[in-house]
Amino acid sequence: MSPLVITMNWLFHLGRYWIFIKELIIKPEKFSIYWKQFLRELDNFGYGSLGIVALTSVFMGAVITIQTVYNLVNPLVPLSAVGIVARDSIILEFSPTMMSLVLAGKIGSSIASEIGTMRVTEQIDALEIMGINSSAYLVLPKILAAICIFPFVVVISMFLGIFGGWIAGVAAGVISSADYISGIQDGFVPFNIIFALIKTTTFAYIITTVSAYQGYYTEGGALEVGKSSTNAVVYSSILILIFDYVLTQLILT
Amino acid sequence: MIELKNISKSFAGRDILKNVTTTFQPGHVNLVIGGSGSGKTVMMKCMVGLVEIDKGEILYDGKVFSGLNRKDRKPFRQEIGMVFQGGALFDSFTVEQNVMFPLNMFTTMSLEEKRDRVNFCLNRVNLVNVNKLSPTELSGGMKKRVAIARAIAPKPQYLFCDEPNSGLDPQTSIVIDNLIKEITEEFSITAIVNTHDMNSVVEIGDKIIYLYKGEKWWEGSMDDILRTDNKELNDFIFASKLAKGMKR
Ligand SMILES: Nc1ncnc2c1ncn2[C@@H]1O[C@H](COP(=O)(O)OP(=O)(O)OP(=O)(O)O)[C@@H](O)[C@H]1O
Ligand SMILES: [Mg+2]
Repeated sequence: MSPLVITMNWLFHLGRYWIFIKELIIKPEKFSIYWKQFLRELDNFGYGSLGIVALTSVFMGAVITIQTVYNLVNPLVPLSAVGIVARDSIILEFSPTMMSLVLAGKIGSSIASEIGTMRVTEQIDALEIMGINSSAYLVLPKILAAICIFPFVVVISMFLGIFGGWIAGVAAGVISSADYISGIQDGFVPFNIIFALIKTTTFAYIITTVSAYQGYYTEGGALEVGKSSTNAVVYSSILILIFDYVLTQLILT
Repeated sequence: MIELKNISKSFAGRDILKNVTTTFQPGHVNLVIGGSGSGKTVMMKCMVGLVEIDKGEILYDGKVFSGLNRKDRKPFRQEIGMVFQGGALFDSFTVEQNVMFPLNMFTTMSLEEKRDRVNFCLNRVNLVNVNKLSPTELSGGMKKRVAIARAIAPKPQYLFCDEPNSGLDPQTSIVIDNLIKEITEEFSITAIVNTHDMNSVVEIGDKIIYLYKGEKWWEGSMDDILRTDNKELNDFIFASKLAKGMKR
C-alpha cells in the first residue's frame, strides 16, 4: 500500500472514531438499565481480571527485583537501593502500563468480539429498530466501568508487584528483608501514584473506546469478528505505548 | 399505512432496488416475495431505516420517514417491530429478558405486568417453559418464535418479518402464519412479511408484491396471483410440482 492510501485510511478511521465517540454522549433512555450494565461491567472488568493481574504482577515484581540486584554491582550503593528502584519502576511504569497491556489483551479482545458478534448477527440492528442508541447503550457503560475500576486494579497490582519483589529477593537470598523494606520506604513520592493513575484512566479509555470501535464497525461474519478482536488488541496496545510516552513527557519533565 | 415512492438503493454501484413504488395497508398482511437476492431484505431494511435510501421517499401514515435523523425517527420507532431473518436475539440475555427488553426500555409497566405480557407473547408463539433458557439453548425455529414474541411485545403498529417461517417445520410454519394474520387483523396493524414460502402466500397473503431483480415486477391479491400471466411470476410461484396443481 502506498503511504497516501495508508494516511487516508488512518484519517478515515480517526474521523469515524470521533463521530462514534460523539454519538455516545447522550441522555440515557432509561438510567436504571444503563446502571445495571455498568455494574455488570464493573464486575467483569474488575473481579474478572484480578487473577491474571495478580499473577503477572507478582512475577513482574520478582523479576524486576532480581534483575536490579544483578545489575547493581557497585559496592558503594547500598542494597536498599534495590527496593527504591523496584518500587519506582513498578509504580511509575510497570503496573500502569504493563497491566494495561495485559488488560488490552484480555478486555479489549472480549469487548471487540462481543460487540462485533452483535453487529454481524444483527443484534445491533435490533437495538436500533427499537429506537435505542446502540453505541451508547453498549459502549458507554463499558467506558465508565473501565475508568472507575482500572485504577483499583492497578493499585492492587502495585502492592502485589512490590510484594513479589520482596518474596523473590528474600527467597533467592540476594537481598535481606530489612534492606528491601527500608528501600521501598525511602524517599517515597506520593505524586507518582497520582501520575500512575492518570495514565491508567487514559489507558482504560483507550482500551474500551478503541476495542468498541473495532467491534462496532465489523462487517461480515465470524472471520471478521476475529480480525476486529485482533485489531482491537494491536491498536490499543500501540496507542497505550504512544500515550505512555506522551504523558510521561508532559507530566514528569 | 406505509407508502414507498420511487425508492432506489445501490451498493457500490450495483443497483439493488430500482424505483419501487407501492403501499402497505393497515389490517392487511402484505407479502413481499421474490427469489433469493432479489432485494427483499434490503427493501425491508430501507423501510425501517437501517439502510438509507438513495432516492425516493418513505411515508408512515403520510409522515415522511426517510431522511430523518435518529432523534426525529424516535416516535416512529416505538411503533415498529421487526423480526430479523436470523432472529437477532440478544445472546447475553435469557429468553424472558429478550422479550422483556423493549418493555423495560420504553414502558413504565411493573415487573408483574411485564412478566404477564412476556408470558402472553411467548404463549402466542407456542413456547412454554423456555423463559429461563439462553438463546444458544434454542433450536433455530424456537429462536425465530422468540424473535416474533419480542417484536410483538410492545404492541407495534407496524410489524416487519423477514422470512418468519424459514427453517420451521410445516406445522409451526402455519402457526406462525396464522399468528401474524390474527394480530394483524385484531389490532389493525400493518404487517410486511418477506417470504418465499408459497404456502404462506396462499394462507395469509392479503396483498402480494413480487420483486424481481430489485424491481417491483407485479402486485396484486391472492386471487390475482393464481390467474396472472406474468411470465417471471409464474415461473417463480409455480416452480414446484405441488404448486402447479394450484393453477386454475
Ligand atoms: N450491505 C450490503 N452491501 C452490499 N451489497 C448488499 C448489502 N446488502 C445486500 N446486498 C446485496 O443486495 C442484493 C439483495 O440482497 P437481499 O438480502 O435483499 O436479498 P433477499 O431478497 O433478501 O434474498 P434472500 O431471500 O436470500 O434472503 C444481494 O445481491 C446482496 O448481495
Ligand atoms: Mg433476505
